[in-house]
Amino acid sequence: MPAVSKGDGMRGLAVFISDIRNCKSKEAEIKRINKELANIRSKFKGDKALDGYSKKKYVCKLLFIFLLGHDIDFGHMEAVNLLSSNKYTEKQIGYLFISVLVNSNSELIRLINNAIKNDLSSRNPTFMCLALHCIANVGSREMAEAFASEIPRILVAGDTMDSVKQSAALCLLRLYKTSPDLVLMGEWTSRVVHLLNDQHMGVVTAAISLITCLSQKNPDEFKTCVSLAVSRLSRIVSSASTDLQDYTYYFVPAPWLSCKLLRLLQCYPPPEDGAVKGRLVECLETILNKAQEPPKSKKVQHSNAKNAILFEAISLIIHYDSEPNLLVRACNQLGQFLQHRETNLRYLALESMCTLASSEFSHEAVKTHIETVINALKTERDVSVRQRAADLLYAMCDRSNAKQIVAEMLSYLETADYSIREEMVLKVAILAEKYAVDYSWYVDTILNLIRIAGDYVSEEVWYRVIQIVINRDDVQGYAAKTVFEALQAPACHENMVKVGGYILGEFGNLIAGDPRSSPLVQFNLLHSKFHLCSVPTRALLLSAYIKFINLFPETKATIQEVLRCDSQIRNSDVELQQRAVEYLKLSSIASTDVLATVLEEMPPFPERESSILAKLKKKKGPGAVSVTELEDSKREGGELNGGSDRGPDTSSTPSPSADLLGIRSSAPVGTAPASAGNLLVDVFSEAGPAAPSAAVNDDGFLRFVCKNNGVLFENQLLQIGIKSEYRQNLGRMYLFYGNKTSVQFASFTTSVSCPGELQSHILSLNVQTKQVEPLVEGGAQIQQVLNIECLTDFSDAPLLNIKFRYGGALQNLTLKLPVTINKFFQPTEMSSHDFFQRWKQLSQPQQEAQKIFKANHSMDTEVLKAKLLGLGTALLDNVDPNPENYVCAGVIQTKGQQVGCLLRLEPNAQAQMYRLTLRCSKDSVSRRLCELLAEQF
Amino acid sequence: MMRFLLLFSRQGKLRLQKWFTPIPEREKKKIIRDMTTMVLARQPRSCNFLHWKDLKIIYKRYASLYFCLAIENQENELLALEVIHRYVELLDKYFGNVCELDIIFNFEKAYFILDEFLLGGEIQETSKQVVNRCIESSDMLQETMEEYMSKPAF
Repeated sequence: MPAVSKGDGMRGLAVFISDIRNCKSKEAEIKRINKELANIRSKFKGDKALDGYSKKKYVCKLLFIFLLGHDIDFGHMEAVNLLSSNKYTEKQIGYLFISVLVNSNSELIRLINNAIKNDLSSRNPTFMCLALHCIANVGSREMAEAFASEIPRILVAGDTMDSVKQSAALCLLRLYKTSPDLVLMGEWTSRVVHLLNDQHMGVVTAAISLITCLSQKNPDEFKTCVSLAVSRLSRIVSSASTDLQDYTYYFVPAPWLSCKLLRLLQCYPPPEDGAVKGRLVECLETILNKAQEPPKSKKVQHSNAKNAILFEAISLIIHYDSEPNLLVRACNQLGQFLQHRETNLRYLALESMCTLASSEFSHEAVKTHIETVINALKTERDVSVRQRAADLLYAMCDRSNAKQIVAEMLSYLETADYSIREEMVLKVAILAEKYAVDYSWYVDTILNLIRIAGDYVSEEVWYRVIQIVINRDDVQGYAAKTVFEALQAPACHENMVKVGGYILGEFGNLIAGDPRSSPLVQFNLLHSKFHLCSVPTRALLLSAYIKFINLFPETKATIQEVLRCDSQIRNSDVELQQRAVEYLKLSSIASTDVLATVLEEMPPFPERESSILAKLKKKKGPGAVSVTELEDSKREGGELNGGSDRGPDTSSTPSPSADLLGIRSSAPVGTAPASAGNLLVDVFSEAGPAAPSAAVNDDGFLRFVCKNNGVLFENQLLQIGIKSEYRQNLGRMYLFYGNKTSVQFASFTTSVSCPGELQSHILSLNVQTKQVEPLVEGGAQIQQVLNIECLTDFSDAPLLNIKFRYGGALQNLTLKLPVTINKFFQPTEMSSHDFFQRWKQLSQPQQEAQKIFKANHSMDTEVLKAKLLGLGTALLDNVDPNPENYVCAGVIQTKGQQVGCLLRLEPNAQAQMYRLTLRCSKDSVSRRLCELLAEQF
Repeated sequence: MMRFLLLFSRQGKLRLQKWFTPIPEREKKKIIRDMTTMVLARQPRSCNFLHWKDLKIIYKRYASLYFCLAIENQENELLALEVIHRYVELLDKYFGNVCELDIIFNFEKAYFILDEFLLGGEIQETSKQVVNRCIESSDMLQETMEEYMSKPAF
């Protein structure tokens, strides 16, 4: 037992703790604890009333036992009794127990709240602080209900002691975070802002956390804090280290307050008032200057505190992104830190430079440090520092240095820590794609990636390389040659086999002229890998084989032999067996023409956002990839697809996980001739091969999310208008087909199909219609009615296919019908209280979907309201504490179930951004609604 | 804001846990396990910062004890290190040359000091003098030693 036992020793407690420490095993410890629990229980149950001291001691023992990790199911009542003791230590232990052990929905909460109420009104500052600490520690909604109106009064009252003010400010902040709706600002806003001027530094330090949080939510109401913050900061920065007495920390004046002030300023744009701005720039310059001064102390605390302010100032400079001079100075300062002997500073400099790299003013300045950063990637001993270096290389990459950076990252990958490989692979893949000018370089890079880190190459990555090769004629021959060479390696990764199989199946003919890679050599090479591969890869290889039969008739006999053998045609895996059987049959009965049509080269893939980028975003979590970065890559990513010169209507939005190669059962519309199932049936049916399929047009689709009527499609020949109405889970859609020409359309037929998941095992939409008249006269309009029933929630929209003859030429058009899940909304009105209660109930992470995005349309209130009403939900007033925000509620009606949905849209007019949050009782609905809506504002 | 502060020994024994947001007990145990394994596995002379989920973990070793503080993403790492240091100083001032045993045997005091220094995950008072004055004045409110010593141990 140690000598130290300050204040009041509770000897019994100390003895108990020593006993526990002396236990030789976990079992002995549990035994000792059980003995103690039995003892305490009997004391609490005993007839004799316990005195305050004993009660305190036993409650403290229980607390100790709980903190050791054991469950405690009694003693709460005794702890609550201690709260009303007038002995300070007893009260204090009571509060500690409550703070640690009582959760919000305890039935004791009423008793606890009573005790707190008494202490708050006691006017004894020590008791008041204890009570406030307890509220801040528990921070439950019940406490907010009881005290949210009382605490602001304590905070701004003239006669409140400083220490109580400090506790009150942070207590209020805590309640605001749990229950923003209950903390009403209004009348005391300006008095809270003026706490920034308080004499007592401690009060300012505590209050500024509250003010910062409130400013983030209500920037306009609190904007007077900017000038107050600037003048307070300026006073601190220019003060001598002794001026602030005990608020000077290792010769640095008020580092915590300084950082908090700089953080508060980051909630706002640069001050508009010239004088204020001038003063602030002066402060920032002084902070940058001080970094160059010799240290006033050798202690690490001194340099940490000083640099903490420096980094915070740099964050503010980056946030303003408007002072080129300061940005470049910041960058130079960080450049010095890159070579500092303190690992912490190197780490932070790398991290901070990542954000500087995205500013146009400092991007070039950041790039000058490339060698240092590459060196850090190679030589840092600490993996977390190396990871920051990799992040920074990614951030500073542009067309000028992409080849160097990608090469360095690839070579680092060979020895990289396992925990970061997958992310590195994604980054290399993205950079290679984004900055590829020379596509053979791109192909080399990705194949290298598979060679070096095949296990970490996700589907998205190898899907992408195939998409790009298919869309770029100029790289196909090179790709075929390169994969052929890569496959020669004795042990090559399965992902390489997949890419190889696919590419040779499509473009093997481009290298077949060389006897070293003749068709049979190619086939034997692929087939030598077959037995080592998993089922999906084998399935892919079988498709490659049937493509070989088409490309190289001379391989037909060999391949048929392979397909015919028992291990294929009687394979226990259904998918493999089916492919073998169908391909064998196809190759033996279809004519060369039919074969050539079915197995023709893949059409170009529609342009879309890189699924790799989506994956990286997902991996890093929302917010981790900056918005500018995303937009940037969206812009640049487009080039690679070469989509724009590939005909007009090639856009569709398959989900990022859509199976590109048709390996799984569903095939993307209009592609994947080699896949199993439906298409083969088509070939053998009398209709013969389908007319050249048009890509899906979804231009109009997104415009109809928030409205029901309008023109869905228009070209020189045809206009299609829609009118629709929905009730419960049913809908009716009128389609109007207008012939814009003076010539008759013949064989006019339409059909509606539900793609992908809709078609497979579960039908989620039931769409009924009658066939229209086959002739549409010039200038005439015909009407078609669709009856729609929503069976369960869905994300893919039905497709409308229209075929007709115009002057002898067959026209084929596929449109995405604007049937979206939100059409089945029933608006739900509810009070603020109900809303937040339901919001809280839907708190599982999967139930929430959130997106932060840039405004694409007007942020005008009326426009937004109209859109939100058009969505089908009820727009709720006076629910969100911030009147700028929009809150909606509704229930989606499907045949099988009802899905409750809550929506919150927070516009930030300054940044021209939105944050959209959805919480629904079904996860897939949250995600889908979030996707749909993010495109609407 | 800060999310939690953990103190554990070189052997991974938890000495203090402070959670600034409500977290279910089961989740707490998992976090404690994650933190101890992650931090104890770090090589000496590595940097004091780690990324974990959406939080930054700032840790520092003082003698046999590790202090491990989780902060939100936009918070300042260096300042968080000094939050830890200031807390160590406060303990030191109160106990006089604080050691792990002081914190084990007077765990409630360690929590009281922390509550004066940090509240709701934010800094409440940075002045060492002010915090110590608070703690000492509350000690003054306590009954005398003798009064307690005369009571039975169990």
